[in-house]
Amino acid sequence: MISAAAVRTIVLKEFQSELRTRYALNALLMFVVTTLSIVLFSVGSENVSTDVLSGILWIIIFFSSMSGLSRTFVSEEERGTTMTLQLLAPPLVVFFGKLVFNIVLLFILNVVAIGLYMLLIGGFAVKSYGIFCLTIGLGTIGLASASTLIAAIISKANTKGTLYPVLSFPIMLPLLLTVITATRRSVEGAVFSEAIGEFQVLFSYIVVMLAVSYIVFDYIWRD
Amino acid sequence: MRDVSLRGTKLTKTYNRRNVFAQIDFEMSGTQSWAIVGRNGSGKSTLVKIIAGLLSATSGDVVLTVDGKSIRRDDQYHYIGFVSPYLQLYEEFTAHENLALFSRLRGGSLDADRVDALLRRITLHQRKDDLVRTFSSGMKQRLKYAFALLHEPPVLILDEPTTNLDAEGIELVYDIIAEQRTRGIAIIASNDKEDTERCDALIDLNAARTPDSRRPA
Repeated sequence: MISAAAVRTIVLKEFQSELRTRYALNALLMFVVTTLSIVLFSVGSENVSTDVLSGILWIIIFFSSMSGLSRTFVSEEERGTTMTLQLLAPPLVVFFGKLVFNIVLLFILNVVAIGLYMLLIGGFAVKSYGIFCLTIGLGTIGLASASTLIAAIISKANTKGTLYPVLSFPIMLPLLLTVITATRRSVEGAVFSEAIGEFQVLFSYIVVMLAVSYIVFDYIWRD
Repeated sequence: MRDVSLRGTKLTKTYNRRNVFAQIDFEMSGTQSWAIVGRNGSGKSTLVKIIAGLLSATSGDVVLTVDGKSIRRDDQYHYIGFVSPYLQLYEEFTAHENLALFSRLRGGSLDADRVDALLRRITLHQRKDDLVRTFSSGMKQRLKYAFALLHEPPVLILDEPTTNLDAEGIELVYDIIAEQRTRGIAIIASNDKEDTERCDALIDLNAARTPDSRRPA
């Protein structure tokens, strides 16, 4: 049985800890600013297609999340507090607490990244806001679900830094391809029904990731 | 007092095909205190982690029974208190914030009186609003006792219980062990004779693979 109060306590602990240590927040925001600057200098005044611009947006979001979201579990391992958490709460409470924290953190990151991207990259103008918002919402949850599970796996490994993006890429590829297509549709001004297929894929991806996490997290967390 | 028992059957732990220990059996119940002794690398810490449900045994079982009911591994944290030098608390939080967090996570609400009483007992009440990272190793060790006792567990597991403590701290630990012997099971993994001589029974990882009971249960 998962206690909602215990999950909320983990989420609050994560935020309080993050505000004091800035483990993930600084890494995420610095990555967004750095990659956006590089894109800005590279694109310049070129007329880039919406296909490419949609892809670049998700490349920024993907790699930024890679730099920060693993910290939720890696920091517990590095500080030696994993055992403390194991003595305080059942595995799934820890997982869902950290998942909710990662979703909120990634959502904040996405708002900043997308805001700056729309402001700085001239050719990127959203026409279908319904498709765009739902894509960002489902993409954020999907990305956070996959990264939280992968973070738990790699936190037990010796080569954490390199393993995270390597392991994440194949697992997140279906998600990335789908959100890029849906984002392109929103920029091209497609009607909502044209993006239903993408939303079905995103929803299914989230369900699969959560189901897999539910089954395997106990084994990852214990040993 | 709760009726508690802890039974280990044929516990074996293997790392990289090397047996740390094999075929360990024990049955603890009532208000017994048990010592786990053995030279460095004999698997004392590994065994206490397995008993606490923090690590899986390669083979064998540990069954915790409270009031006649077998406790699932996921729920064992309600009944076990654990102190060890390798256990870490959140250094970015104050002593009080740490205990408040633990209290909420375990029970859903903050028992402020209990937290205050424990902080006084471990003589950290004056420093309760200081970040744990500013504490000495002895103060951190004392705080771990508050962490372990917060929920008044029927099973208290202490690995190297007096590490980093001064004479006053060591006396506090012996008081805590004596108190635990009126409430439930105490398990002490140590090579310090003073720590283990008060125990009723012994698991010697150097020699016997089965416990040598000093005092019948």
